[in-house]
Amino acid sequence: MAKEPKPQEIISQINYKPPQKAWMDIPVEIKEGMFCYGAKEKSLQTLDFPNARAWSVLDEDWKLPEKWDKIVLEGMAERLKKYRSFKIFMDICVRCGACADKCHFFLGSGDPKNMPVLRAELLRSIYRKNFTAAGKILGKLGGGRKLTIDVLKEWWYYFYQCSECRRCSVFCPYGIDTAEITMIARELLNLLGLNIEWIAGPAANCYMKGNHLGLEPHTIKNSIDFLVDEIEEKTGVRVSPTFNRKGAEILFVTPSGDLFADPGTYTCMGYLMLFHELGLDYTWSTYASEGGNFGFFTSMELAKRLNTKLYSEAKRLGVKWILGGECGHMWRVINQYMDTFNGPADFLEVPTSPITGTEFTNAKSTKMTHISEFTADLIKHKKLNLDPKRNDHLKVTFHDSCNVARGMGMFEEPRYVIKSVCNNFYEMPENTIREKTFCCGSGSGLNASENMELRLRGGLPRANAVKHVQEQYGVNMLACICAIDRAALPPLMNYWVPGVDVTGVTELVANALVMKGEKERTTNLRGEDLSWIEDEESKSTDETQIRV
Amino acid sequence: MAGFELKGKFYETDEEGYLQNLDDWNEDVALAIAKTEDIEMDERRWEVVNFLKSYYKEYQIAPMIKILIKEMAKMFGPEKGNNKYLYELFPAGPAKQACKIAGLPKPTGCV
Repeated sequence: MAKEPKPQEIISQINYKPPQKAWMDIPVEIKEGMFCYGAKEKSLQTLDFPNARAWSVLDEDWKLPEKWDKIVLEGMAERLKKYRSFKIFMDICVRCGACADKCHFFLGSGDPKNMPVLRAELLRSIYRKNFTAAGKILGKLGGGRKLTIDVLKEWWYYFYQCSECRRCSVFCPYGIDTAEITMIARELLNLLGLNIEWIAGPAANCYMKGNHLGLEPHTIKNSIDFLVDEIEEKTGVRVSPTFNRKGAEILFVTPSGDLFADPGTYTCMGYLMLFHELGLDYTWSTYASEGGNFGFFTSMELAKRLNTKLYSEAKRLGVKWILGGECGHMWRVINQYMDTFNGPADFLEVPTSPITGTEFTNAKSTKMTHISEFTADLIKHKKLNLDPKRNDHLKVTFHDSCNVARGMGMFEEPRYVIKSVCNNFYEMPENTIREKTFCCGSGSGLNASENMELRLRGGLPRANAVKHVQEQYGVNMLACICAIDRAALPPLMNYWVPGVDVTGVTELVANALVMKGEKERTTNLRGEDLSWIEDEESKSTDETQIRV
Repeated sequence: MAGFELKGKFYETDEEGYLQNLDDWNEDVALAIAKTEDIEMDERRWEVVNFLKSYYKEYQIAPMIKILIKEMAKMFGPEKGNNKYLYELFPAGPAKQACKIAGLPKPTGCV
């Protein structure tokens, strides 16, 4: 594995000055630390994807099928016909450059091919050469070029250096969605078996077992039972979740990472505590056991295939609606694709909170509501007994997860929840949050370990904004509502902004939640001592007495 | 193809040195992997590796780190059931190093 550079090395090496040569004349250089390992034969076989074979990115020979260029061009022709958006995005860019400095990977690397406009040109040049009259006749002069093996490798390298976060599209005057261009490019690469293992592996697990980690039903049960014990130790309350229960009112779905890796496990404990306290009639599923969808980072067909289980399990169990946990891209899939992928889910009802009676009409078609909307509604109706003081040791800021922000348009609910359960909340600068949020640098299945330099570079703009609020306000906790964030942000913070930890929003809720019959909380869910609360309380009593 | 040779047999690994076929695992293989990680196996380290293997056998995945810590405490006492102790044994992290030595595949997804 590549050696990790020091922060100062990265900063001093970033050079935004464009090179002298034209971009087409600069061949791709595949650098260690900047790419993920190629998809394994076994994973592609499981998914029934073409050209499953053992191959290595650093080998000269990528073991492509014969006439691979024909396969790509035919794939492109098919998609130009099928997706009007793709055709338009290929045609309308005027190369104004508004997107150029909006990409976190460009900002963190200075590599011009990470400018969204140029990333798209990698594909657009082949489109021009093969599908437009000007490109066919004028070739390079018309912005076209021939599809060669070097071009293909360049595609692979740079389309797996895009996290499909869509920040660039916010700034495009034409509204070109560069993430969709990346998605098409990845589809084309997958026609040749050119995925990365960090996507193909989880997707294969998901296809076989329902979740990215490949957790078996008894493993899911065991993991949650373990968290139930942990909750009892911390709170004295024994929660009793159910699994695959027919007739439950609500099916709850969250990323499987929450059942396995810290700090997601604390968020998971948070869900369990919140639902118990409400007496919610809900069930976990060991089949629909994944909110995330790494198929979405591969092809529309696979995204649809993996997403099918949500509705089919809801139908099988006979629930009324689906509640979704803190996941990022799951919400883009749900909000923008699920209805046409797998719907209409007319066997479900419009999600309605059994506690407040609120009808979530925004989820009228998908029948699936976000945990932050659900929780914000509970707080608004004063249905939760909250003691935000328990989070007083935290100075919190909020990282908008790209897909929830830009793919769903949800900005206020998580903030409302955080401010209700924490007394100290500080926003990062305006151009780094909400619809302009910066990616964690690891989205769209790029949260592997071999590409750590890429992740650290791509995460630099986000980290820089966190550093700002750390210096200004002493922020020490970064809250987020995405499992990739929870996995990717801790190493990013350790590297760029030591002293800032990462949490899910529901973990903050659970720590502030005063549960019926709970014992005195001596620690939070992480087992960190809370005795300072008493000290502070006695201090404030003393002060009151003095004042009297 | 990545891998290593040991006593005349080739053992396939992925690019990071994780064993491809769990059935290939034996104590010699574990020692060979440990060597690549600069880990000298002793009784304390075998306790962890053996627990991971038995957990994997039952659950088909490495345990979450909290489970590892709790089970270590249950089996060998609180002085062995904590993060600090496990990081002393496996400086690059028990999840990564100990699992690799135990022949377990690397967990993938949002982790």
